[in-house]
Amino acid sequence: MEPINIEGTPKTPSIKFDPENGILEIRGRSIPENSIEFYKPLVDWLDNYAKAPVTKTQVNIHLEYFNTSSSKCILDVFKKLEAIHKAKHDVVINWYYEEDDEDMLEAGEDYESIIRIPFKMFEIVD
Amino acid sequence: MSFNLSEYYANLSKGDILLAYKGSITSDLINDILEAVEKRLEESNAESRLRKKIYNVLVESLQNLFHHIETVHEGINEDLDPKFGVLVIERENDFYKVTTGNFVNAKRIKFLKEKIDKINSLTRDELKDMYKFILNHQKLSAKGGGGLGLVDIARKSGNKLEYQFYVYNDTYSFFNLTIRI
Repeated sequence: MEPINIEGTPKTPSIKFDPENGILEIRGRSIPENSIEFYKPLVDWLDNYAKAPVTKTQVNIHLEYFNTSSSKCILDVFKKLEAIHKAKHDVVINWYYEEDDEDMLEAGEDYESIIRIPFKMFEIVD
Repeated sequence: MSFNLSEYYANLSKGDILLAYKGSITSDLINDILEAVEKRLEESNAESRLRKKIYNVLVESLQNLFHHIETVHEGINEDLDPKFGVLVIERENDFYKVTTGNFVNAKRIKFLKEKIDKINSLTRDELKDMYKFILNHQKLSAKGGGGLGLVDIARKSGNKLEYQFYVYNDTYSFFNLTIRI
């Protein structure tokens, strides 16, 4: 499988995923008006990856902002990963939030309570 | 005609204004506003957490306007730009006030009122549960809207949503929403 490498823009995050080492990273801001179009390639890609995932998939989320439209798409991405985890291929989600950004921490906790994948919260301290 | 758009806008634009806009709500406009406000907030002495909340509320309010405003309002005699909306950001003592305004079809008033009243009646935890429920159970519309915008705004601002409907004619009212952060 080809890796994914999508550049970030002022309204959309960068997405990097290397199927060889199983590391998925979403970084930046996710505030497009219609997020379905933006996240579709990743969701489709994950369907493919699910057929032969590596032993342990690591997901690093570094988001500064995401709008409610993105929040649903991000949930869809997590649900694909949840299926992989359920099929006994380990997945862990590392959720990063800036120092004192309780809203972002809470957002991670929201997902953690919905999705059956281990979450680790990391506070970024300058 | 009981609602006077010019008067409404003039009143809204008094005070310590960070930004005031009336006109078409387009994707490009949203980008420009977000960029301008981000700069102003950085220059102000507002702390990082507050700046982020304001920015988040702004994104959701603008995108709500973008998703819900009708492009053409039949029967309104003003000279309106397509997808016409109003946005004012004001500093009032320790608060920042974000106000949006747009024409709504009278048919939608009941739904909006009930939704906002419901949101305003919830505790912080209940609001979180509502958010998670809608997130997990409702599909995105074709335009990308999700039914979460107002809930998210209420959560981030930590305050009740204030609103008024001003009757314009039989078909339309003007919906004014004020968010304090």
